[in-house]
Amino acid sequence: MNKPNLTVEKKPIMFRVDRTKRETPDHVTLFFNGTIQFRPGQFVMVWMPGVDEKPYTISYHGPKTFGITVEAKGRFSRKAAAMKPGDLLGIRGPFGNGFDTGTGERVCVVAGGCGTAPVAPLIDMLGKDITLIQGARSRDLLLFKERYPSLNGHYCTDDGTFGHKGFVTELLEQAISTNTFDMVYACGPEIMMKRVFDICEKQKIPCQVSLERYMRCGFGACGACVCGAERVCIDGPVFNSEKLRQMENFNQKALLKSGAEVPLSTYASWRCGENISTTN
Amino acid sequence: MQVNFLGKNLISPTVLASGILGNNFDILQRVHASGCGLVTMKSIGPTPRDGHNNPTVIDLGHGMINAVGLPSPGYLHMEKEWADLNNRDFPIVASIYGASVDEFQQVADYVSDKKPDFIELNISCPNSEKHGMLFGTSPTASFDVVNAVKKVVKTTPLIAKLTPQALDIGEIAKACEDGGADAICAINTLGPGMLIDIESRTPILDFKKGGLSGPMIRPVAVRCVYDIFKATRLPIIGLGGITTGADAIEMIMAGATLAGVGSAVTYRGISVFKKITREMDQWLKDHGCTLEDIRGAAH
Ligand SMILES: Cc1cc2nc3c(=O)[nH]c(=O)nc-3n(C[C@H](O)[C@H](O)[C@H](O)COP(=O)(O)O)c2cc1C
Ligand code: FES
Repeated sequence: MNKPNLTVEKKPIMFRVDRTKRETPDHVTLFFNGTIQFRPGQFVMVWMPGVDEKPYTISYHGPKTFGITVEAKGRFSRKAAAMKPGDLLGIRGPFGNGFDTGTGERVCVVAGGCGTAPVAPLIDMLGKDITLIQGARSRDLLLFKERYPSLNGHYCTDDGTFGHKGFVTELLEQAISTNTFDMVYACGPEIMMKRVFDICEKQKIPCQVSLERYMRCGFGACGACVCGAERVCIDGPVFNSEKLRQMENFNQKALLKSGAEVPLSTYASWRCGENISTTN
Repeated sequence: MQVNFLGKNLISPTVLASGILGNNFDILQRVHASGCGLVTMKSIGPTPRDGHNNPTVIDLGHGMINAVGLPSPGYLHMEKEWADLNNRDFPIVASIYGASVDEFQQVADYVSDKKPDFIELNISCPNSEKHGMLFGTSPTASFDVVNAVKKVVKTTPLIAKLTPQALDIGEIAKACEDGGADAICAINTLGPGMLIDIESRTPILDFKKGGLSGPMIRPVAVRCVYDIFKATRLPIIGLGGITTGADAIEMIMAGATLAGVGSAVTYRGISVFKKITREMDQWLKDHGCTLEDIRGAAH
């Protein structure tokens, strides 16, 4: 049976995992056969029947195939990372605005940790003179390290096992001092994106970052994902400098599952230890 | 299009339904700025509650099914919201729920001190094991909740939000009126219903069952409002499936004073409030009449 175009279908559409690829000790990509209309930066809601449903970005996108890359850290993602060809997952979406790619020629992409997955299709699409700055905890965990051999890549690790020992923001400042950029794209931990934004503000370079919040509907109805007056699922997940300047809760506050607004650090530790109730 | 509702002047006859967007003050303010006359907060409960696991909301195109399951920080953990509420320049409804008459009373007592313009009693949610719908299907239980809350709240006008699952919704509305309700909001979601994925042979919603909303439930909502208008003298917020100005006019003709909007935010964006108001205005101009002229006109 032909899979209908996902933009018209709103229920989860069931796909069988076609093949899997271990990317790093922590990351596995699940590939599916099917056509999905998608702009880099958009996401899909991935349903594992009887387990849960979570937002994932599409990390590989071809005309007849696509993939999502999961970092095995919680109950859902560990199960997803252990999936075998033939296993079933439901996909809703794609949702969200995606990156604005109608920007200048000279772009810099900054990716930290699992934030590399959302920007991978962006790099594929931009296909121009890109500077990539990528960071991870350790050499082993640098996602897609071999995917862009021709790219002008700058790498860093927390432990110094590969590239610069330190932060992507240090590499960004270096790159800015020797290059002119029309746009900086960033995805990674929110504190990293805030620092990237601050650097770009100082240098008067426009930037776009991709935020993450707890989501339910994915299409702007339920309000679970609000960051101030912005719905991350539909007004975002990508926000540009203009928006970010107005967003007081950027790198500050997020809502728990109960709707309680908490400091971002509290939110982050909840998200890392999934399935612990937020209301005890 | 100015309208008066229980003594408050509203900029539009449109109302944001509870549980749609209303998770913080900033987004409520944005909805008001988008032309909504009256905004409702997400239902507030007695204690912190996570709600159900995902999937919780599925859009079927002609409406949606949800089992969000009444997540709430709990009224004691909303200091920022309560403080923000103090500085508002637009009217707001605080929706509340409880699992017992005592809980309703306790939440209402606290919330009324925060001075929302209205308190809505959600006695009609189908998505929880023990909250809500139980009350809204029984006239005596509905009376008891409203009456108990009325005793502690005193001045804040009370809106009772009803379920279409009631055998005779007019009778429930009358019981709420007798208990001291100042207005009725109808309807909450219809059902519960269920979706089963045939590949995995699994119900799609994690809670398995969920309430229906959006265009597919509008005829039920219109009938409920029609029945309530016959049974009581209370003003009605007609809610359920309204997506266009014509839908809103239909609801007013069934007897509603205001037109509630929830799922339509999905189909026409946050500007749906402005759009519906403009379309209502145009219809009234074209037909040379006012909202008052057509209220209950179908009776
Ligand atoms: C995702 C979602 C969450 C809801 N949460 C609540 C809630 O917390 N309290 C409540 O009284 N009604 C809740 N409702 C019901 C709506 O307020 C409304 O009664 C119903 O959706 C019908 O209106 P509509 O067809 O315009 O959406 C919710 C509805 C949806 C779709
Ligand atoms: S997840 Fe429901 S509004 Fe964003």
